[in-house]
Amino acid sequence: MTATQETQTVRTEETAADRLDRISAAAYRIRHHALTMGEVQGQGYVGQALGAADMLAAVYADQLRFQADNPDWEGRDRFLLSTGHYAIGHYAALAEAGIIPVEELETYGSDDSRLPMSGMSTYTPGMEISGGSLGHGLTIAVGMALGLRHQGSAARVYNFLSDGELDEGSTWEAAMGAHHHQLGNLTAMVDINALQADGKTDTVLRTEPVTEKWEAFGWYTQRVDGNDAGALLAAFDNAAAQAAAVGRPSVILCDTKVGRGVPLLEHREKAHFMRIEEHEWQICREQLTAGYEGKASR
Amino acid sequence: MSTGTALTGTAPKLKTSAMIASFADPGQKTASAPFGHALVKAAQENDKIVGLTADLGKYTDMHIFAQAFPGRFFQMGMAEQLLFGAAAGLAETGLVPFASTYSVFAARRAYDFLCLDSAEPNLNVNIVGGLPGLTTGYGPSHQATEDMAIFRGMPNLTIVDPCDSVDIEQAVPQLAASDGPTYLRLLRGNVPTVLDEYGYTFELGKAKVLRGGNDVVFVSSGLMTMRALQAAKALAAHNVDVAVVHAPTIKPFDAETVLAELNTDRLAVTLENHSVVGGLFETVASAVVTAGLGKRVVPVALPDAFLDAGALPTLHERYGLSVQRIVAKVLAELG
Repeated sequence: MTATQETQTVRTEETAADRLDRISAAAYRIRHHALTMGEVQGQGYVGQALGAADMLAAVYADQLRFQADNPDWEGRDRFLLSTGHYAIGHYAALAEAGIIPVEELETYGSDDSRLPMSGMSTYTPGMEISGGSLGHGLTIAVGMALGLRHQGSAARVYNFLSDGELDEGSTWEAAMGAHHHQLGNLTAMVDINALQADGKTDTVLRTEPVTEKWEAFGWYTQRVDGNDAGALLAAFDNAAAQAAAVGRPSVILCDTKVGRGVPLLEHREKAHFMRIEEHEWQICREQLTAGYEGKASR
Repeated sequence: MSTGTALTGTAPKLKTSAMIASFADPGQKTASAPFGHALVKAAQENDKIVGLTADLGKYTDMHIFAQAFPGRFFQMGMAEQLLFGAAAGLAETGLVPFASTYSVFAARRAYDFLCLDSAEPNLNVNIVGGLPGLTTGYGPSHQATEDMAIFRGMPNLTIVDPCDSVDIEQAVPQLAASDGPTYLRLLRGNVPTVLDEYGYTFELGKAKVLRGGNDVVFVSSGLMTMRALQAAKALAAHNVDVAVVHAPTIKPFDAETVLAELNTDRLAVTLENHSVVGGLFETVASAVVTAGLGKRVVPVALPDAFLDAGALPTLHERYGLSVQRIVAKVLAELG
């Protein structure tokens, strides 16, 4: 029996509250890791990583089947990071999952590191694709889902994309293709932080109404608070029950807050590339921990 | 063969034929849909092979594969970014995809998806591009006159420009067996069978000397090797002895074989169904310069221009790809 199967056996006896606590704890650690990496660089996509941490935690601590010591295991579920610059958050999740050592996170973005600023499959264990040129992830996910199903694999494909990637026509080519090919083994997660490189999404290129768009493309569509672990878990459970079995691709639209979990950053003017002063990193960590412990004790 | 009558104004003007006009000469031996049949044969031996297309199955001979293996064929619709992103995804799961569309759409429209999703991770994705160079009279929207120029800059990508049905039949299993991504300049429909008369076998990455000759050496790829062989025969009537070297693999290029032939006093001519910019001519020229040969090379190639619409024989004559234009050029060079 694999380690993964053992974990799942334990999980069947887990209460809903325990499950939620497990995800919340993972999200806390992912955020903590992201701050550590951000401090090494002095800047970076920390705001996005904090915003997406609950999504990443729900995926890595609850949904994905993988073997930490064998990231290329054939039966693994695939998690495709389309937004390469979110790698800081993804590395944090890979460390949380035990796929890369926590100590290695300090090499983030440094010369000869396995953890480059933009995520690439050729550099990092557990990184399935080279993202970064936006609008690619969902097209690759369609091929992977087709290929896995064709070969009789029960593995699922998860594509993490940003609301900015909804600007790209290729995303919608892939959305059509997934529905046409009835890819019930495909789940897309869209991080809607309403922020793009040049400003707020609704001032750059209006993507709303996002829910109606995905519904019109034939996907089982849910829109949730992407910083609410309970809502995320419920959405995954719904998708598994409602969509996967009938061959319908599933999308979870996640409204998130840039900088989530660190009030100092939540209230700072939102920017694609957030500047954090040297003395602020410790404050950020303290605020994160205080918030998490406060919530945990309630 | 084109006679150039459209240029004289005395004969009835030729009409632009179907999208994909055959460039086979009247009465020439041909094979039907060699790519489709070769892919079926390869797939019978390798169950990892799958096929995809972007609403051009019938026009890239992929329909032959789709009929033989409906469960291994995926129609992606008129969505080339999805076609090649999905091909990469299929390859990531261990399959060996052949994905077809027209060369213009692969090279111009889907470049980023081929480059980052297949070439960077060095996946076994096989791009099959129809209408390479000047093989349709539909004008620049369909004429991939610069496809090799675009693709040669892509690291890891192998580029094959086959001459005929023999090349295609033998190349397909080798493309499937090679590890990284490949680009095949597809000839489809009734494709001439030419190289069977030369004791030739296709070897990925190798150029082959098809015939020797003392006065001139042709280095050619694609359908221009057929024209080169025809021109060599025609030049014999002028007492000009022409060698022909066929270099179907443009990248990685077999510089060793080609340079051994060019390192003589013979007139050197490259012949390609592609723009003079960035294709076979420049590949040969860079090999010559890198080796320090200091050898003059004369290109027979399409001009660096958007080409006219019209009938294929008319256009091949107009842009210098016809046998009589090749013969005239060589004779002029020899003075």
